Amino acid sequence: MIILRLAWQSILNRKSTTILTILSIAISTLLLVGVEKVRTASRASFINTISGTDLIIGARTGGVQLLLYSVFHIGDATSNITWKTVGDIKKRREVKWLVPIALGDSHKGYRVVGTSKDYFKYFKYRRNIPIQVKEGKVFNDLFDAVLGAEVAKNLNYKIGNKIVLAHGTGPVSLGKDHGDTPFRISGILAPTNTPIDKAIHVSMEAIEAIHIGWETGTFVEGNGKKTPEILRQMKLDPKAVTALYVGLKSKMSTFSLQRWINKYRQEPISAILPGVVFGQLWSMVGNVETALFIITSMVVFTAILGMVISILSSLNERRREMAILRAVGAKPIQVFALLTVEATTIATLGALIGLFCLYGGLFFIKPLIESLTGLYIEIVVPDWNEIALLFAIVFAGFLASILPAIRAYKKSLSDGLMIRG
Amino acid sequence: MSLSIKKNGTAISLSNIKFSWGSAESDFQLKLNNFQLNRQESSILVAPSGAGKSTLLSLICGTIRPEEGTVRILDQSIENKSAAERDSFRADHLGIIFQQFNLIPYLSAIDNVLLPLHFSSNRKKKSGETQSKLVLEAERLLRALGIVPETLGRQKANTLSIGQQQRVAAARAFIGSPELIIADEPTSSLDEKSQDEFLDQLFSQKEVTGATLLMVSHNARVAKRFNKSIKLQDICTTSFTEEKML
Repeated sequence: MIILRLAWQSILNRKSTTILTILSIAISTLLLVGVEKVRTASRASFINTISGTDLIIGARTGGVQLLLYSVFHIGDATSNITWKTVGDIKKRREVKWLVPIALGDSHKGYRVVGTSKDYFKYFKYRRNIPIQVKEGKVFNDLFDAVLGAEVAKNLNYKIGNKIVLAHGTGPVSLGKDHGDTPFRISGILAPTNTPIDKAIHVSMEAIEAIHIGWETGTFVEGNGKKTPEILRQMKLDPKAVTALYVGLKSKMSTFSLQRWINKYRQEPISAILPGVVFGQLWSMVGNVETALFIITSMVVFTAILGMVISILSSLNERRREMAILRAVGAKPIQVFALLTVEATTIATLGALIGLFCLYGGLFFIKPLIESLTGLYIEIVVPDWNEIALLFAIVFAGFLASILPAIRAYKKSLSDGLMIRG
Repeated sequence: MSLSIKKNGTAISLSNIKFSWGSAESDFQLKLNNFQLNRQESSILVAPSGAGKSTLLSLICGTIRPEEGTVRILDQSIENKSAAERDSFRADHLGIIFQQFNLIPYLSAIDNVLLPLHFSSNRKKKSGETQSKLVLEAERLLRALGIVPETLGRQKANTLSIGQQQRVAAARAFIGSPELIIADEPTSSLDEKSQDEFLDQLFSQKEVTGATLLMVSHNARVAKRFNKSIKLQDICTTSFTEEKML
């Protein structure tokens, strides 16, 4: 007990150096745990991009590529799936629901996603959160469009505004506008911090309609220009989709359906399990994670090294103190304990203050991070991972203090009560 | 409180001691045939530098062990005790006052006085059962040694003057009535007036507790207060290297 009290008094006595040491450990803790938090948050927000979807089906291609274009709208599909195949898949009894995705058009750099109304019903993100319409409603008319939150915000669009979609997905329109078929904004979605925020959703039929006359890849005048009024009267059956989100009645049938799709003869298509491919994709970023972790660990190491140096350099001036303690009956092991307790206390204070500052800071900059990077960081009680990190820092402080403590132990053994030289 | 202290027998008895720092031929060596101090005696030890004062005190305090010979403190042989046992023995039975820098700088004077009690349950029992009684005892000792406990006693040790620090150190040595007080030139940094005052207080506490006092000093002026005056070079021989002479 007395050792704890002595350690505490001694820490209080050397306020200025101790505060600096505690501060450096606090900052390093903040960095280490902060990086860990950003890492888990980005992994979570990455994996949380889609949930509740059991299989994603697209033209036969690499799983990562399929995931990238179907979920993140990065890159383009090599080819489409015909509507006949979609029908075959829909007929499978394992399938509970099926949402088609048609990509290929854009508006001012934002991707246009052709889909069905089921999209808003079945597509989930984070932990099974459905998409919510913040303003207006989902498309009813052929030329209705539903905007992601970011599109509406950045382009300053309101319900009822008219927009013109461009053929192709480049940021710059190449004069290949679907100019004669403007869309009316019917709804704006609530922010999700997923690629949905950057998408413009229209119906499959609309995608079909605006591409009449574009069958060759570019618009050919004589192929029959249609006004919106005529198009609304037409029976527009989708001919192809880029990808399908599929929900199953039972997770048990995931693999059998996947196998069936991968062996489907009429057309080269493939199915992926989003979770599995997310894992593959994330493992590519894994090295960066490890590098960040190593760097921040080094910062912690440096802070603890600083503490050891300050304890070591104070040892000489504290020889007197150790001799006094020996004189009143302290054992050398208690001198050893005094120094390790001091260091462990400093490390603990540093780690706790660092964590406190991290959470305090997060609380204030969370909205900023969210709006700047779209990274959603949950402020919850520290998880086991973070607690383990804290313990690791405290333990490292304890371990590091063993070196000066051994020196103090040896000195107090050889000095005894009389300090020579 | 002095009731528990035996009045007869020897407080310190060293015989046929041989000790050297290190194993080499050239290392400092100390040989001592016989050194005795009876209980309740006060004795002054005059020791020129290099005469082996530190070694002798370390042997008595039990931080080192002789290679040969016996060290009996308060009728117990301590040379065969383990290091931890010797530490406990020192905590229980010895009060030590150094030349200077006696106090833990970051503790208050009172906490410095109470410090030995944390390492010795015996002395704690002798000082009182409860924390408040312990504090009262520390305050009583401080007052007896001329330190106002309510003011100076609450101050950090490093804010006290050297004279005040020595008094606090004396109070600490006497708390819990240890049988043997070792004072290593406790007055050497004080002026004559303070020296006399300090010694008056030291002796009156010694009388109250019935302790045995061994004090190292160069000061012939104070020698007459003691029962016995011993010259260190009369009782022991030392050898040391030319290196150490320089």
